[in-house]
Amino acid sequence: MDEKTAVARELQAAELATLLPPVDILEDATGITLYADLPGVPKEKLHIEVDGDTLTIEGEMDMRMPDGMEATHAEVSVPRFRRVFTLSKELDTGKLEALLTQGVLKLHIQKAQHAKPRRISIQSG
Amino acid sequence: MELSLFPRDMFAELDRLQRQMQQVFEFSPSIRGMASGRFPPLNVGSTAESAEIYAFAPGLDPAGIEVNLDRGVLSISGDRKSDLPHEDAKASVHANERFGGRFHRVITLSDDLDPDSVEAKYRDGVLHVSIKRLATAQPRRINVN
Repeated sequence: MDEKTAVARELQAAELATLLPPVDILEDATGITLYADLPGVPKEKLHIEVDGDTLTIEGEMDMRMPDGMEATHAEVSVPRFRRVFTLSKELDTGKLEALLTQGVLKLHIQKAQHAKPRRISIQSG
Repeated sequence: MELSLFPRDMFAELDRLQRQMQQVFEFSPSIRGMASGRFPPLNVGSTAESAEIYAFAPGLDPAGIEVNLDRGVLSISGDRKSDLPHEDAKASVHANERFGGRFHRVITLSDDLDPDSVEAKYRDGVLHVSIKRLATAQPRRINVN
């Protein structure tokens, strides 16, 4: 690898650097609910994609900073979030509801009808 | 150090260690950006006229955020409700990474700031506090009698 490609790779890596948003994931009889912290991400810059059994959440921060501002201290230095999850078969990706409120994404994925818990009656023989 | 009776154990141990290390590096550096440290993460910037503070605190009620500036020390506090169900609820928790509870962060800023011109906005889960600098004292010519 020559120097040019090394630099190009570094640039690409910097471009692709993303933050891993913290999540809470709950499951009940109706399905799975996922909460993700995506501060600074507006609705227009949030992308949720389901491809097969892969769920991808991507968001970009959109923050207006004053002109000529110099950063003196930064705990968040990358303006992008990305996290990928693998879904299981009993989830119905057609029934996915997403709500973004003040930087918190609430995503609900229903379970397929056949996968909801059923009580099995036992007959005595 | 005593050698293991079964050398295989040692290799298994090494393997486990390696996997653990890998896991750490796979998450890095992304997870360090948000998950480490305290809530909320802060960015601070400055311009000639003001100091700009950004607190990444999603999911708050703006009315419940307290911002105080006292002699160049800025404090941000509030309460963040957890979205996790109560213990008796019929739900299982698969991941619990988000911060919940009371938070309080203090940051020391420069002392040329005007405590009377502080502006705070909360948008998309980011609290932005902008504080103007005091008008610098103009040099004056002192007459000698």
